[in-house]
Amino acid sequence: MSTRIYTKEVMEHFRNPHNFGKIKNPDGIGRVGNIICGDVMYIYIKVGRNNKKREIIKDIKFETFGCVAALATSSVITDLAQGKTLDQAMMIGKSRITKSLGGLPPIKLHCSVLAVDALSEAIYDYLSKNKKQIPGDLKLKHDRIQKELNIIEKRYQEYTNLEKEILNNVPKNKKKK
Amino acid sequence: MAKQKIYLDYAATTPVDPRVVKAMTPFFTENFGNTMSLHSLGQKAKQALEKSREVIADLISAHSSEIIFTGSATEANNFALKGMAFAAPSKKKHIIISSIEHPCIMESAKWLEKQGFKIDRLKVDREGLISPARLRKLITKDTILVSVMHANNEIGTIEPIKEIGQICRRKGVFFHTDATQSFGKIPINVKEMNIDLLTASAHKMYGPKGVGCLYVKRGVPLTPLLHGGGHELGFRSSTVNVAGIVGFAKATELCRKEMKKEQKRLTRLRDKLTKELVDRVEATQLNGSAKKRLPNNVNLAFSFVEGESMVIELDLLGVATSTGSACSSDKLLPSHVLLAIGLKPHQIHGSLRLTLGRWTTEKDIDYVIKVLPQVVRRLRKISPYKKSEI
Repeated sequence: MSTRIYTKEVMEHFRNPHNFGKIKNPDGIGRVGNIICGDVMYIYIKVGRNNKKREIIKDIKFETFGCVAALATSSVITDLAQGKTLDQAMMIGKSRITKSLGGLPPIKLHCSVLAVDALSEAIYDYLSKNKKQIPGDLKLKHDRIQKELNIIEKRYQEYTNLEKEILNNVPKNKKKK
Repeated sequence: MAKQKIYLDYAATTPVDPRVVKAMTPFFTENFGNTMSLHSLGQKAKQALEKSREVIADLISAHSSEIIFTGSATEANNFALKGMAFAAPSKKKHIIISSIEHPCIMESAKWLEKQGFKIDRLKVDREGLISPARLRKLITKDTILVSVMHANNEIGTIEPIKEIGQICRRKGVFFHTDATQSFGKIPINVKEMNIDLLTASAHKMYGPKGVGCLYVKRGVPLTPLLHGGGHELGFRSSTVNVAGIVGFAKATELCRKEMKKEQKRLTRLRDKLTKELVDRVEATQLNGSAKKRLPNNVNLAFSFVEGESMVIELDLLGVATSTGSACSSDKLLPSHVLLAIGLKPHQIHGSLRLTLGRWTTEKDIDYVIKVLPQVVRRLRKISPYKKSEI
């Protein structure tokens, strides 16, 4: 049974993912991964303030194309980040995710990195759009993610163009089959 | 948990037919002799071995002395490539394979490359077919061997074996074909097809695991990989796996008897499954060839869903399938076969293989037709790729 590869927690998130979908007019979007590697994760956030007037993640949703582990890590990070202050959300690391899922197979550990990256990018997007100060760590992370993306994009120009075409504007009448 | 238990991964391995188990059983217990022993127990085992050899040779119109039993198809394929390479005159260094061979051929070739051999890998078209014309051009006076699989394990494409055999014969080079997926499923005649070496495996055709064979046409020079007591005419030393081989022969006999009927039955189920799924699920296409295809193979690309997720969810619903997707295996590389036929990453990642077999029923197929579209739809709902395309 598949449950041998994945823990009960992973399977539960895979079967019933929490917070999937889009947020209308999000305050920040984090897009990571690519179709060539086989995992694509989008995280949407809405930022609000708690009663101490600190900025918190008021709402969070995800959309993911990927394997069981990728779906589970996306689902679990939205749970972990919900209601947290931005500072707290930025502290969520891959080990926290893996722990919440009762572990991941070694070969799937990168999926937890992907989830952390997606959330970081969403927060980065929010901060930079609102001309707020961006913590040094977050900036470094953002640069690393973008650099990786550029490498892949260069290597697979043809495919990434196709990906963009599909994501952005495929005419309705061009439906296949 | 799911009530259904539907196995659609017959290309990975098959259950052993109870009739095969029955034939094998005495060779574990009362007829346990070593084929090299002179006493009657040994001779009984030897007799069973030789009888089995005949049954298997007969299926492909070979002579029984041309069958060498091995421990697996992987061993037989390694043996064919390396054995031929080592046996060739030292100036001959060239081997041609196709670009969609099973990893045991791909890796053997890669290893031989490191030993100084020159390997050419034939490209395939969108259906997975090699071009005989291109093959003809690639053969030189230094070519030792051409190895092109009979039917592909992922997409089920049946290669033009007879044509390849003819070209090789005319050019005077040896021809090996890996028939692991086709043996017992579709007719093979090594004489008519000009095949010099052929690989088969028992566990893909309702026989036990751990038994394969290599057909080697008489007079083909081959260097053994395993040296020892001189079993299998000195080609493959190892105490003979009599029970396994008896099972292999019984499985062969059953496949032979039922081949025509089974071919027809499975082709119909295959085409129904393909058609219904392509019709019901948007952005779905058949990978490989519609016509030149194994009767039991369906391989579909469901764009924008990830293969492993599909396999795991189907498993929860009681359906066993497999994928050519990166995440499915322990290497994070997309299938070389799907890449070779020119699929785009979003199609490769969403490819699912469903392989039918002896115990697949119409009811099973109907169930899959019902649940698989739901699985794809759910995963697409979570995926960021859905809206614009579908």
